[in-house]
Amino acid sequence: MSASPETLAATRTMNGAEIVLQALKDNGVEVIFGYPGGAVLPLYDAIFHQNAIRHILVRHEQAAVHAAEGYARSTGKVGVVLVTSGPGATNAVTGLVDALMDSIPVICLTGQVPTHLIGNDAFQEADTTGITRPATKHNYLVKDINKLAGVMHEAFYVAKSGRPGPVVVDLPKDILIGKGPYTEAPTTPHRSYRPKTRPEPQAIQAAVRLLKGAKRPIVYAGGGVINAGPEASRLLTEFVRLSGMPCTNTLMGLGAYPAEDRQFLGMLGMHGTYEANLAMHGCDVMLNIGARFDDRVTGRLNAFSPASKKIHADIDPSSINKSVPVDVAIIGDAAATLAALLECWQQDPTPQDRPALAGWWRQIEEWRKTNCLQYRQEGAIIKPQHAVKRLYEITRELGRETFISTEVGQHQMWAAQYFGFQQPNHWLTSGGLGTMGYGLPAAMGVQVAHPDALVIDIAGEASILMNIQEMATLAQYRLPVKVFILNNEYMGMVRQWQELLHGSRYSESYSAALPDFVKLAESFHARGMRVSDPNQLDAAIREMIAHPGAVIMDVLVEKEESCFPMIPSGAAHNEMILGPGQAGGVAGVTDEGKVLV
Amino acid sequence: MPNPSETALRNATIAVLVENEAGILARVVGLFSGRGYNIESLTVAPVDDARRLSRITIVTSGTEMVIEQIKAQLDRLVPVHKVSDLTLEGPHLARELALIKVVSRGENRVEALRLAEAFRARVVDATTESFVFELTGAGDKIDAFCALMQPIGLAEVSRTGVVAILRGPSGLS
Repeated sequence: MSASPETLAATRTMNGAEIVLQALKDNGVEVIFGYPGGAVLPLYDAIFHQNAIRHILVRHEQAAVHAAEGYARSTGKVGVVLVTSGPGATNAVTGLVDALMDSIPVICLTGQVPTHLIGNDAFQEADTTGITRPATKHNYLVKDINKLAGVMHEAFYVAKSGRPGPVVVDLPKDILIGKGPYTEAPTTPHRSYRPKTRPEPQAIQAAVRLLKGAKRPIVYAGGGVINAGPEASRLLTEFVRLSGMPCTNTLMGLGAYPAEDRQFLGMLGMHGTYEANLAMHGCDVMLNIGARFDDRVTGRLNAFSPASKKIHADIDPSSINKSVPVDVAIIGDAAATLAALLECWQQDPTPQDRPALAGWWRQIEEWRKTNCLQYRQEGAIIKPQHAVKRLYEITRELGRETFISTEVGQHQMWAAQYFGFQQPNHWLTSGGLGTMGYGLPAAMGVQVAHPDALVIDIAGEASILMNIQEMATLAQYRLPVKVFILNNEYMGMVRQWQELLHGSRYSESYSAALPDFVKLAESFHARGMRVSDPNQLDAAIREMIAHPGAVIMDVLVEKEESCFPMIPSGAAHNEMILGPGQAGGVAGVTDEGKVLV
Repeated sequence: MPNPSETALRNATIAVLVENEAGILARVVGLFSGRGYNIESLTVAPVDDARRLSRITIVTSGTEMVIEQIKAQLDRLVPVHKVSDLTLEGPHLARELALIKVVSRGENRVEALRLAEAFRARVVDATTESFVFELTGAGDKIDAFCALMQPIGLAEVSRTGVVAILRGPSGLS
């Protein structure tokens, strides 16, 4: 190749900070979430000198990572974080583990003391690569400016390839200041990390034959389908409709299959629907695609779906046979796998057992009649379920593009149960790590990526206080996020477990000394609203949505409402507890069950 | 009833070819401690300077499911090139080197030398009251030698841990 101006430009010399920014631009980054400090001043100076990349100044580094997760989850792009050394990096750790557990592609640039001071307990020094090694998919400490550009490009490749995840690049200050060559992203394959994305045809065929012969099949789809891009969700829908099988989604998979479709059984697992869990328990062939047999999903392992042949499609071979042994393993990207399954389904001559499937559906319809998510909105107090359901119905009626994030706890489960997601990438929740304080910064990241969309953080009054400082970020950037607090004055899920497992001794789970959320909103230049009357709920929701700026809506709800259905810890799918007024009641929880979280 | 393959423990000698870079050993060791896997022995050294590769040999034990997990978890580390379960892949050689110090006088000293000869251990250091023996072999051979030396003055043992390689022409890279 001749030396075109581009290739000349490819080796031009810059300082480290400029190399970092150039690499971000070349990898399509438009926005970074960060917080400055001494070690990253050269990078902030480089940011000052350019306009291509927008910087969003958060108020806490944990929030920067959650915002980047929200940005990534809602766009399919890599989210980028910039924090300083020491406390900047350690504050980011919770966000990194959150992204690791939920497989969200994030790059976190951390400042570091200059290389000659590393190991000297210098001011704001932390062993960032040591601390984040188990908190990331991979991390780098750049000690040679000649390798900086290569590391930056590799970080993007690693964050988004295979099973996505967070990557830390630790940048000593002398590296940011020193001069070195900028090289473009390599076109050659990575030396060692080359995850397999195309499924083996034999595995696909084995799966199709099992599914066609199934009498009681079920599709169990998770966050891997979302991570594989919207095409994977479209293919999932096509495959489920073509095969006529029932489909359930994990918490992370909500939106992968349209919630209002008849073939959708709702979410499964600890607070999943009766029909989804019983269908999982009773199926004879299970297709798990992009989910990982999480303990919230399986319940007691030795009683999990005892009679089924299991097919597990996952991009990460370490997910296969980790907790549940499977009969057919398919390693590959969810979209590629679904495309292959569809093609094979249409070509394979094996007849499908349609009469048996019809009988299976009759059974499922019987379970559906339990109407496990029913509640009674009566009296003068708002039921939390009703608040979420009305929020869903009103946003659906308005037809605006709507994104929902949550914090962690009862409100999160009610959001998952009562808010129907018709498409992927519109639901953001901390599934694996269960991070209280996730929802507000995640919503912020979504709103930055989608300025005209309606972005709502369904929150609890306890969780919201964990990253409440981000209200200032909303104000600074005029991000019109709506915070919809289901305020029951308890850490509701803790209270519920104490009621069920610890004799209603509500040890430290009451949210005492709460702020006045209306005044709190106002002090952060947002609109504050409060509603306690069920008759005014709809009007309040409409007013919240209509308001052009950020809103905190304090919804005072039934204080001791519990979240049902529920599979108690240590129980099996067919031992679930239904809500009051329904069959079952509180099943005994064994000591072994109490040990589980 | 649980399938015996799900509960029976087996040993595995796993060879891992990795990038020779800072932190790789910490990644591997951290993976084992973080996920609660056993490490019976772990050795590491560069094996290919031109390609910047090191080889780690890990001896571990677990159920078949756990060993499969260990291999998959190792394989998804970014700097890992190849993971090979030598125990499954076929006949392999596994060797350890030990330096064994025996402090004794009189008849015990003579006996120590005699045993060393029987085990083909080499004397690599000697004083009037001590020997350091160098012994290479499978782990159980070194165990047996140390056990025999125990009553006659075994003072200190330093072992390398296991290195292993497949028999025959096929290799890891």
